[in-house]
Amino acid sequence: MLAFILRRLFQSLLVMLAVALIAFAMFRFVGDPVNQLVSLDTPQDQVAQIRKSLGLDDPFVVQFARYIYNAMRLEFGVSYQFRLPVVALLGERAPATLELAFMSAVFSLIVGIPMGVYTALRRDSWLAKLFQAVSLIGISLPTFLIGILLIYLFSVTLGLLPSFGRGEVVKIGDWWTTGLLTVSGWKALILPSITLGLFQMTLIMRLVRAEMLEVLRTDYIKFARARGLKTRAIHFGHALKNTLVPVITIAGLQLGSIIAFAIITETVFQWPGMGLLFLKAVQQVDIPIMAAYLILISFLFVSINLIVDLLYAAVDPRLRATVGSH
Amino acid sequence: MTAQTPPATPSTKPPSLWARFLDSDVLASFLRSKVTMVAALIVLVMFIGAAFSPWIAPTNPFDPASVFLADANIPPAWQDGGDPRFIFGTDDQGRDLYSAILYGLRVSLIVGGLGVALAATIGITLGLLAGYLGGRVDSLIMRIADVQLTFPAILIALLIDGVVRGVFTGANREDTALYVLVVSIGLSFWVQYARTIRGSTLVERNKDYVQAARLVGLPAPLIMLRHVLPNVIGPVLVILTINLALAVITEATLSFLGVGLPPTQPSLGTLISIGNRYLFSGDWWIVAFPGLTLAILVLAVNLLGDWLRDALNPRLR
Repeated sequence: MLAFILRRLFQSLLVMLAVALIAFAMFRFVGDPVNQLVSLDTPQDQVAQIRKSLGLDDPFVVQFARYIYNAMRLEFGVSYQFRLPVVALLGERAPATLELAFMSAVFSLIVGIPMGVYTALRRDSWLAKLFQAVSLIGISLPTFLIGILLIYLFSVTLGLLPSFGRGEVVKIGDWWTTGLLTVSGWKALILPSITLGLFQMTLIMRLVRAEMLEVLRTDYIKFARARGLKTRAIHFGHALKNTLVPVITIAGLQLGSIIAFAIITETVFQWPGMGLLFLKAVQQVDIPIMAAYLILISFLFVSINLIVDLLYAAVDPRLRATVGSH
Repeated sequence: MTAQTPPATPSTKPPSLWARFLDSDVLASFLRSKVTMVAALIVLVMFIGAAFSPWIAPTNPFDPASVFLADANIPPAWQDGGDPRFIFGTDDQGRDLYSAILYGLRVSLIVGGLGVALAATIGITLGLLAGYLGGRVDSLIMRIADVQLTFPAILIALLIDGVVRGVFTGANREDTALYVLVVSIGLSFWVQYARTIRGSTLVERNKDYVQAARLVGLPAPLIMLRHVLPNVIGPVLVILTINLALAVITEATLSFLGVGLPPTQPSLGTLISIGNRYLFSGDWWIVAFPGLTLAILVLAVNLLGDWLRDALNPRLR
């Protein structure tokens, strides 16, 4: 087990190192960092001096090591557009994105699981067929179209919900802001959370349905029926419980993509989060922000994958041998 | 279809490709599924519309001489204030939406198609190399694939887009936008091909015919291309179809986000992004028709892909 953990940790470290190399290469070679700091009429020797003081004349390996060292201290340089430290910009916007991601994950689980259970138990009812059709559309419709559709329905036509921004936010502590304490904050969260969570919801629904159908065929369910247990107890106590392990795994793994897809949702709803910042950075070729975002997101993905793998190995002894071997 | 089937004479000549197609399970399963036939028809119509858009479209929406600002924001023809010249209405520049959608569909499908083709080329090449050569090459390529697979394609496409833009700061963005998109899509979707091809190549390379080719002394690239490739290419067809839908979505998303195609050569995504600005003034048609076209196209291609996967899967027959 220890060998497996160490091996997995080493792999994750390697991935992060590769990502850091890409981020560093972007930072160093896409556009000249010095050009962003000096104006056209800065004397050449002064440019050379700045270059030297930034350490851009050092060997590649030294520069890369310094970049990693700085990244570990969360120093990602200064944004070209805003002339502010990247970490401050990202930190300021992180709460908005995390809150949105959390709410959409909650939405996808709360709605997706019951829909999946229903479509598995009442396979031939018209409602189950409707759910299946909706899930096919949910997978085919691009996220931004769903957002536009929701805005048109609930903001433009019905005027019920706001179409942009976070509403009123409350500051907690030094840097966390939340929209969960005000009515307008909640209202502003509804449409973006649904937009972002819809794809995951259909995914979870299909997964729960497939797993439930599988489990309902097993012997222990037949045995439970033979024992004369109530249908409700069989369905929810025995069957659903056993489908939840893969569902939670997938939901956990999807958390990373939720945050990545937040870029689209945040653009549609002008949600002041990290995704919107990243998109602006791509449009303006603001490399420090792009590099920092890449590293942060990768760290998130790698950590989630690592945790899921370790949890799996802890729960299921059979996996230790197979997962560890390749 | 029985009428068209050639008599099963025990001739030594193998039946022609067309006859084999008419007699195949794939065609039979196609004729059995109404949904698939409708989807295929929709895809066909859209492809034809895209291919011949300069001749089908009533006006050229990007020729300044045929566009008049006085025609801006006219609702669809069947609504009050509609104009029979513009079936789906006009956008903010006075362009005919129906024509703009046809041209946009063309751009979307070109970018999606080229992107998928690039992804398949990269993926098949790397998959063949990894599977046939094995060893270090294999583990390097597959490690890269593993890492890339953890990240959503859209994020990778965005990053590549940003980097390419930073590298070619001097170039005119409108000229390069299409190629940037194709490269972004190509580099974000290759993994699936590489994995599939590698898997089947691993099986094929130990078979007798490959060993024989090796004994004869054929060079490795020739064995890979001429002998292994034809035997492993089958499953790629399904991935190609499903990826086309994904690529079209990715292109539309990037264009919607403002890092794709510029308004001067709009794809469906650009049209939706333009229309989105007029949502609040009540001009719903500018966003609705391009959006609907995109949704129907993606849904139809997905349905075709699903059917193809089942039809080509021998276990489900």
